[in-house]
Amino acid sequence: MNRTNSKHTSGLHGGSVGSRIFIVINITILTMLAVMCAFPVVHMFSVSLSNQSAVAANQVNLLPVGFNLASYKMVAKREAFWNSFGVSVQRVAIGVTINTVLTVLMAYPLSKSVREFPSRRVYVWILLFAMIFDGGLIPNYLQVKNLDLFDTIWALVLPGAVPIYNVILVMNFMKQLPDTIEEAAEVDGASYFQRFTRIVLPLSKPSIATVVLFSFLNHWNGWFDGKIYNNNTANYPLQTYLQALLANTDLTNSSEAIENALTNVKTLQAAQLFLTMLPILIVYPFLQKYFTKGLTIGAVKG
Amino acid sequence: MILPGIVFVFIFKYMPLGGITIAFKEFLPGKGIWGSPWVGFENFEYMMLLPDTKQVMWNTLFIAAAKIIVNFPIPIIVSILLNEVRSAKFKRTVQTIIYLPYFISWVILAGIIQDLFAMDGIINNLLNLFGIESIYFLGNKYAFIGVLIGTDVWKNFGYNTVVYLAAITGIDESLYEAAKIDGANRFQQIMNITLPGIAPIVTLMLILNMGNVLNAGFEQIFNLYNPLVYSTADIIDTFVYRISLVEANYSLGTAVGLLKSVVSFILIITSYKIANKYSDYTVF
Repeated sequence: MNRTNSKHTSGLHGGSVGSRIFIVINITILTMLAVMCAFPVVHMFSVSLSNQSAVAANQVNLLPVGFNLASYKMVAKREAFWNSFGVSVQRVAIGVTINTVLTVLMAYPLSKSVREFPSRRVYVWILLFAMIFDGGLIPNYLQVKNLDLFDTIWALVLPGAVPIYNVILVMNFMKQLPDTIEEAAEVDGASYFQRFTRIVLPLSKPSIATVVLFSFLNHWNGWFDGKIYNNNTANYPLQTYLQALLANTDLTNSSEAIENALTNVKTLQAAQLFLTMLPILIVYPFLQKYFTKGLTIGAVKG
Repeated sequence: MILPGIVFVFIFKYMPLGGITIAFKEFLPGKGIWGSPWVGFENFEYMMLLPDTKQVMWNTLFIAAAKIIVNFPIPIIVSILLNEVRSAKFKRTVQTIIYLPYFISWVILAGIIQDLFAMDGIINNLLNLFGIESIYFLGNKYAFIGVLIGTDVWKNFGYNTVVYLAAITGIDESLYEAAKIDGANRFQQIMNITLPGIAPIVTLMLILNMGNVLNAGFEQIFNLYNPLVYSTADIIDTFVYRISLVEANYSLGTAVGLLKSVVSFILIITSYKIANKYSDYTVF
């Protein structure tokens, strides 16, 4: 009796020795993976808060050694850093708005069947080809140049105005909403646009939150376009500024170069890396609860 | 409603395609795309003569294939392990932490990696503890490839579990109940129910990855590499960047880029076709 009982429950409560061992090993492995993922970020944060000599002597591992805020005070005075921070904020505000509006506007009609939206097939092919075939670095570069967008914020937000992958994601999410709700609204006299704004949009919240997160990350993390589409380093978004700083390109003016040499570059760098990452750390938990749902329904169907 | 988006797609995705013609021209900045003289396949012939080209193509294939192979099993294993966790709180905490690296840019990660993998960095200190001599990770052309693959897996494995966890959630709970009554232990349940249950999505992911064998990871490599490791780590995308924008040879850069775009296009279309046949997968 006891034997059979333990077999029955082994999957759930870990009655047998074997499954208890499994649980311990499983939790150990997963904890180690989580530590491996978190450690580099925690380490960098600790370096930014440590004193210079401790960092130079490699004494900092998990916790700060000789806690101080000197590197943050230094960064606070760096005009170039905050200038680029401003460019990034502007880019995110404009870019995410454009991305999201265009995404939902395209996703809704595309979520309809060919019967309801006869030219659907044509638009699908236009988008599919654009998504798969890449014109290449130079053709895209010359297009932005010919449109006179260099050194403007528009070079960073317009070329990627339509994130096609996000359109697909929201479209799939809208597709799986029950048709009956919209049909009932139609019977009640709701127009196409009313059905879109009052019914479909609110119901699509998880997928919209997901694409807002993706588009935020894409704009906040983007650096390559900022590097090639700006001649003036004052127009660099934050990640491009950081990229140039880490690559030791001659970005900073001479007085800042001297300042760099005088202070411990490592702690200063760590502080800037951490501040650049901070907005993501702040936004991420709020949107995480949506993105697993939005992503799995939108990206994996059948 | 759909038109505003289509206009942007046209301007920034279709209009640049005209610029591809400079792969068959000798681009003169003063004359622009249309005024520059045609040279036929001269740029492609020159590309084939360059000793770097073959190396760069091989590096791209090697790094991309290695990343696909190593990246593949880990999220599957981690999803299965996560699924076996009974405490919802522990599961959620682990998920939150392992997804995070995916959302951090390669610029920031490169800054961290350069610090951790430095000659006197934490990784080498750890190796020294075990009596292993320090390795010049970022300057040794073989160790560097290991760093590329390892950090790529580190960044992406957590996020890649999302798809498999969703597939596992979709498995009929009654199958497990029946297996338990038959006396199957956890391991047997994983092997006979969970794995077959997610097999279709595993196969689909593998097929779709095929389209990525020319994407070795520009952002990662560009932010980490240096001339010491060009021989193994220079890939098509970094090569195109240097010949186009550093050496300002637009025509040659476009030609190399075009070759990559065309091959990638064919690979992706093929993978979509196979996926469609195999599991009714449709993109739109």
